[in-house]
Amino acid sequence: MKPIKLRAVELAAPRQQRNWDWRAAANFICGGAGGGLLLAAAFFGLDAFATRVAMLLGLALIGGGLTCVWFEIGRPWRAMNVYRHFATSWMTREAVAALAVFACGALAVVTGSVVLTMVAGTCGLAFLYSQARILGANKGIPAWRHPASVPLLVATGLAEGAGLLAAIAVAFGSGPGNSLLLLLLALIALRAWCWRRYLVGLTATRAPAAALEVLDALGPRFQTYGSVLPAVAIVVMLAGLPGRSLAGLLAGMLVVASGWLLKYTLVRRAAYTQGLAVEHLPVRGRGPSGPAVQPGWKAMSGSR
Amino acid sequence: MTRYVMTIDLRRCVGCQTCTAACKGANATPPGIQWRRVLDIESGEFPDVRRTFLPVACMHCGDPPCEHVCPTRATTKRADGLVAIDYDLCIGCANCVMACPYDARSIVHEPRYAYGEAPMASEAKRFDPARVGVSMKCTFCKDRIDHAERSGLTPGVDPEVTPACVNSCISGAMAFGNIEDPDSGVSRLLAETQHFRMHEELGTAPGVYYVWDKS
Repeated sequence: MKPIKLRAVELAAPRQQRNWDWRAAANFICGGAGGGLLLAAAFFGLDAFATRVAMLLGLALIGGGLTCVWFEIGRPWRAMNVYRHFATSWMTREAVAALAVFACGALAVVTGSVVLTMVAGTCGLAFLYSQARILGANKGIPAWRHPASVPLLVATGLAEGAGLLAAIAVAFGSGPGNSLLLLLLALIALRAWCWRRYLVGLTATRAPAAALEVLDALGPRFQTYGSVLPAVAIVVMLAGLPGRSLAGLLAGMLVVASGWLLKYTLVRRAAYTQGLAVEHLPVRGRGPSGPAVQPGWKAMSGSR
Repeated sequence: MTRYVMTIDLRRCVGCQTCTAACKGANATPPGIQWRRVLDIESGEFPDVRRTFLPVACMHCGDPPCEHVCPTRATTKRADGLVAIDYDLCIGCANCVMACPYDARSIVHEPRYAYGEAPMASEAKRFDPARVGVSMKCTFCKDRIDHAERSGLTPGVDPEVTPACVNSCISGAMAFGNIEDPDSGVSRLLAETQHFRMHEELGTAPGVYYVWDKS
């Protein structure tokens, strides 16, 4: 990472976080999609072979994301210490969920057991939820700590999982059935609603201006390529028009790509710190106190 | 009961950065890392403009978000209110850095020296390899606070057991002490002044009070 040089006056304003780079983003990108895929594969299963492919891909995504993080942490050979704080740390809980995912997922792939597949899928959901809560627990980043970020991250993970499963069904199976298509359509709608709710909520509760700019710029692209186009493709498939396989693949991949773009934007580009604030400027001499100051934000609430 | 806090009288701070230098000297932080900073904030519009100096560091929160998210229990809140880091447990995941709303934490991934690859003699002598690749921040000079228990001295009163930044402050803007003791300097100061704690709305219960006017 490049060192940053700021003037003293700039240090008070929110800054884009630089501690979690693309490797951390990859964990949220791959892990969330992997968890969602395991869940989708478990409960909207395809034939045995395609289910196995989906399970393997889900495990590989989660494993790949965690490997990226392992390369990012400062003391990788102490990584096992991550299990020491289950009581309150969502990172510990994520690590525990990952263990369960790999144990149950590997057994499910080897044995082909439906029950184990369902257990692995549930663990995948727990992993996805833990990841969402990791971001939500970080009070230092306003774009993450907003309560609506957790359902948004869970919704996109679920949608990406269903999108990947639809693509796998096209590539390795007999194509996605109507139930999977309807699920994907419902998850696209859910994700779009969560995104809207998140953006409105974040704007209402205030966030650094730079973070809002980044998210506002993402909105139209995300909704067009992540919601409208895949939804149209699914309707085409449900209507029985020709090109069903291609439309399935396209819909699945668009949902996945837009979800990954969303998570990368959230983890890297919109992740501005809280910054510092002066609630009351000091009284000096005979003058009154000045209004509240919070550089990098719009007018501070309660400012006088 | 003991709860150590710091008070910073914004009316008195002149932005001289002596506390910044004293902290660096006391804690031997690497180049680019300042546990104690004094920000220079310009506000208002001409002709009604103001300049405020804002000393910041770890707020030693009563409900520290960094402690909640830490997966290793490296970050702990002590009975006396200090938030401490065990460098031997920390894995450098930076979750605490993200959780802190005060920009108080940092991680240095490789040794840094003032003049290139090789340390100066003074840097080599004080270099602590345990602090590479882990999270670090202001400790309220905890070694000094710990010394108070053994020596019977009083933090905030006796300089030997008072944080370096407080000792160094040329204008008397910074004070340190036990807020649970109604006769301590900080308790008396807070009783007779108006003050705020930064980002208190986030529920962190910070342990640094900024004084801005008399009562």
